[in-house]
Amino acid sequence: MKSAAGSVGMNRFRKKRTWRNTWEGMIPKLLLLCALISILTTLGIVFTLIVETASFFQDVPFVQFITGTEWTALFHGSQQQFGVLPLITGTLLVTMGAAMVAIPIGLASAIYLSEYAPDGLRRVLKPILEILAGIPTVVYGFFAFTFVTPLLRNFLPEMGVFNALSASIVVGIMIIPMIASLSEDAMSSVPRGIREAAYAMGSTKLEVSLKVVVPAALSGIIASFVLGLSRAIGETMIVTLAAGATPKMTFDPTESIQTMTAYMVQAAMGDISFGSTVYKSIYAVGMTLFVFTLVMNLLAQYISRRFKEEY
Amino acid sequence: MAEQAVLTQPAIQVENLDLFYGEKQALYGVSMDVQENTVTALIGPSGCGKSTYLRTLNRMNELIPGVGIQGSIRLYGQDIYDKNIDVEMLRKQVGMVFQAPNPFPKSIYDNIAYGPRIHGIKNKKTLDEIVEKSLRQAALWDEVKDRLKDRATGLSGGQQQRLCIARALAVEPEIVLMDEPTSALDPISTAKIEELLQELKGRYTIVIVTHNMQQAARVSDKTAFFLNGELIEYDDTESLFSNPGNKKTEDYITGRFG
Repeated sequence: MKSAAGSVGMNRFRKKRTWRNTWEGMIPKLLLLCALISILTTLGIVFTLIVETASFFQDVPFVQFITGTEWTALFHGSQQQFGVLPLITGTLLVTMGAAMVAIPIGLASAIYLSEYAPDGLRRVLKPILEILAGIPTVVYGFFAFTFVTPLLRNFLPEMGVFNALSASIVVGIMIIPMIASLSEDAMSSVPRGIREAAYAMGSTKLEVSLKVVVPAALSGIIASFVLGLSRAIGETMIVTLAAGATPKMTFDPTESIQTMTAYMVQAAMGDISFGSTVYKSIYAVGMTLFVFTLVMNLLAQYISRRFKEEY
Repeated sequence: MAEQAVLTQPAIQVENLDLFYGEKQALYGVSMDVQENTVTALIGPSGCGKSTYLRTLNRMNELIPGVGIQGSIRLYGQDIYDKNIDVEMLRKQVGMVFQAPNPFPKSIYDNIAYGPRIHGIKNKKTLDEIVEKSLRQAALWDEVKDRLKDRATGLSGGQQQRLCIARALAVEPEIVLMDEPTSALDPISTAKIEELLQELKGRYTIVIVTHNMQQAARVSDKTAFFLNGELIEYDDTESLFSNPGNKKTEDYITGRFG
C-alpha cells in the first residue's frame, strides 16, 4: 500500500478516470440544463401566446380588438364583442389607484427606515417589511373583500360590493413593501459623506432626506415605483375577488370593473370550449398584459441604468 | 505675528473637554482657545482625537449615536452645547470641509446654491451672485464658469475639493473646519488648496486637521499637537516646530513615531 501511494513519482499527478472526475465533468452540463429549463419555458410560453393570439386575430380583427370599447366575450351570438379597452382601463384604474396608495407610503417608509430609524429598529422593521411581501395575494384579496370594502361602504353607502376602489387600495398595500424595501436599498447606498456635507451646512434631517438623499437615489427609487406598478398590473387574486367582473370603460373607482387578469381567470374557470374564439381571447388578453409588464420592466431597467448616480 | 495677536479675539474657547464614544473615552480634558481670523493646525498620529475634537466644534459628532461630552465649548462667548442652541444655525456659522471631496450628485451651480437655498434665499439673481462669489473665493470660477450646469461629480478630485470649499463658504460661515482636506489629493491640487488657505486666512477662522506636518508648518499660525486624546502642546506654529516644549511633540515632529 505504502509503495503504491508514495513511490509512483511520474504518475502521481496524472488524471485518473475516477467517479469524482467524471462527476465534476458532468456538473457544468447539469447546471446549464437547469438554466435552460427556465429559459425554454419562457420561450415556450411566449411561443404559445403568440400562436394563440395570432389565431385569435383571424377571428377578430386586430384594430377592432385594440380600439373596441365593449368587452362581452362571454356573451353569445351577435352580442359578443371583443374590444379590449374596458379591460385595459380597468387594469389602469386599479394600477393608478394602487400607485396613489403605494408610492407616497412606500417612499415615506423608505425615508423613515433609511434616514430616521435608529439602527436597532431598522434591523427589526426591514425584515418584517420583506415578510409582508411574501403574504399570498389571495389573503390580500379576502382582506379587500371582507374588511376594506365594508369599511369603505360606511362612508360611501351607495358603492357596490365589488368596486375598483377597495381593490386599488389593497393592491397598493400589497406593493408598499416592495417599493419601500427597494427604495430603502437605493437610499442607503447614498454615501455617508454626502449626508455629512449637507448636515455640516446646517440642513435639517428632512432637508437632507428630501433635497439630498432622495435626489441622489432617484434612479433606484423610480425603478422601484415602476417594478411595483408592474406587479400591480399583473396582480390577479385581489382584483378577481374585490373589483368585480364587469368590463366597463370608466374611471370612477366606486364602480365594479374588470381587469385583464380577472377576465383571464373568469374565462379560464368558465364553461368555454377549447379552440373557440373566447378560448383564444384569453391568450390575446394575456399577450396584451405581457406587453404591458414587459414594457414596464424594460422601463425600470432603462431608468436605473440611464440615471445611475456616480458618486 | 505679534500685531495679528493684538487685532484678534478668541473665536473658539474650549475648556476641559472630555468626549466619550459609549464607554470609551476619546478626548481627555482638552482646553484650547482659537483666535479669530487665524489658521490653526491640529496634528498628531491617527486615532489621537484631532478629528474628533474638530467635529465637536460644529456638533457633527452628534450624528454618531452614543457620543457624550463634558466640559464647555464657546464660540464667540456662547456655549454651543446649551440646550437652547439651534444646531442648524450653529452649523451655518461653522462650515466644514471633509477628507474626501463629497460633492452632491447635482450640477456645480446647485451644489453651491444648496446651502443658501435651505437658509431661505430664493431670488435667482442673489443666488447667481453667491455662486460666482463663492467659486471665485475658492479659486474655481475661471475653470467652471462656462459649465455651471454640468454635474459636479465630473470634476477632477482637486476641483471637487475646491467646489466643496466654495459650497461651505456659500452660507457665509465665520469659522471653517477642515478635516484633512488634501489627504485624498495629488500634490498639485494640494498646493492649490494651500494657496487658497492663504487667501482665506484673515477673513475666516480656520481650523485644519492634517497628517502632513510640512503642511501644518506652511499654512498655520498656531499648531496643536494631540496624542492619545490629550492636547500635548499648543503654540505658535513657528515655535512649536522650531522649539517644541514637550518631549513627545519633539519625538513626533522629528519623526520618531506616528
